[in-house]
Amino acid sequence: MGLFSFFKQNKKKNTANLAKERLQILIAHEHADKSRQAPDYLPKLKDEILQVIRKYVQVNEKDVNVNVEKGSDYDVLELNITLPESR
Amino acid sequence: MSKVIVVTSGKGGVGKTTSSAAFASGLADRGHKTAVIDFDVGLRNLDLIMGVERRVVYDFVNVINGESTLKQALIKDKRVDNLYILPASQTRDKEALSKEGVASVINELKEDGFEYIVCDSPAGIEKGAFMALYFADEAIVVTNPEVSSVRDSDRILGILQSRSKAAEEGRSVKEHLLITRYSPDRVEDGDMLGMDDIVEILSVPLIGVIPESESVLQASNSGNPVILDKESKAGQAYMDVVSRFLGENVPLRFIKAEEKKGFFKKLFG
Ligand SMILES: Nc1ncnc2c1ncn2[C@@H]1O[C@H](COP(=O)(O)OP(=O)(O)O)[C@@H](O)[C@H]1O
Ligand SMILES: [Mg+2]
Repeated sequence: MGLFSFFKQNKKKNTANLAKERLQILIAHEHADKSRQAPDYLPKLKDEILQVIRKYVQVNEKDVNVNVEKGSDYDVLELNITLPESR
Repeated sequence: MSKVIVVTSGKGGVGKTTSSAAFASGLADRGHKTAVIDFDVGLRNLDLIMGVERRVVYDFVNVINGESTLKQALIKDKRVDNLYILPASQTRDKEALSKEGVASVINELKEDGFEYIVCDSPAGIEKGAFMALYFADEAIVVTNPEVSSVRDSDRILGILQSRSKAAEEGRSVKEHLLITRYSPDRVEDGDMLGMDDIVEILSVPLIGVIPESESVLQASNSGNPVILDKESKAGQAYMDVVSRFLGENVPLRFIKAEEKKGFFKKLFG
């Protein structure tokens, strides 16, 4: 690098690098926020599961619990169905 | 087999319409029957960029509402064979585009043997942009080397992979990143995000880099898609995009800074 270009580079801040850093942080945050939300299909999934179960057992809607647990490596779909008491 | 390609970005004014016009003209020029549809209801501009504004009789919404046939509304380009333009409506009714309506037009184009259907998306992430991307098999995400454009591209990529028809059916939309208005000199000076940085941030394969170029404005002034200006750098860069889209391996051009003139050259050169 010549003396002149050395001065030229130091005179001014490299704003492109700043832009890149800010974008990387922002986008990482936005992606994390999004993946923390429950998936859009959850209500429909619950509905369909309820219909399938009702083919065999009569359950109330409140007895079916569908939940998504976010893990760092994988997510867990948790399904909790309380069956009516058997005599 | 026909393919639906959306040209989208989230942000406005980044070069979607310029790119749609160039890309569709390029595909048609290479012998593929191509239709380009303006989805910017209320703010149609594609007709102007394509230089067919005086030939608009019926539009996209007329076809959807059954006020005209698709054949009546499609404008056949006079410069390039195989190229047809479907202009947007000037109506202010944002609900004018229904999913069923858009689906029927796209299906009719497919039945008529169109190989490529290019959808020029409006800005934003509202109804119009959603309609433009919903039926897409592939997406060209137009991005400027600038923070808000890159962020908006990231958001539109999220929508493509979660809310498009392909996503609903468990397929994915094939993504291509198109960087436009690129100034290699400013990148070298550290004033502008470089193409490698943008690719790294968005992690989408790059289909091309279009330099900032006066020829784009000249092309729009005269109503000729810039790709027809075979002398211009922007036109050549768009031709490369079309080649890459068609599967050819073409190196990137116009991405290096012009050699800086030395002190003596500045004085005497
Ligand atoms: N490569 C380029 N060089 C210079 N100007 C450009 C380039 N691409 C687009 N423009 C200009 O940017 C403006 C917005 O372009 P347009 O294609 O209408 O964007 P959008 O459809 O995304 O709103 C227009 O004035 C156009 O001439
Ligand atoms: Mg536009």
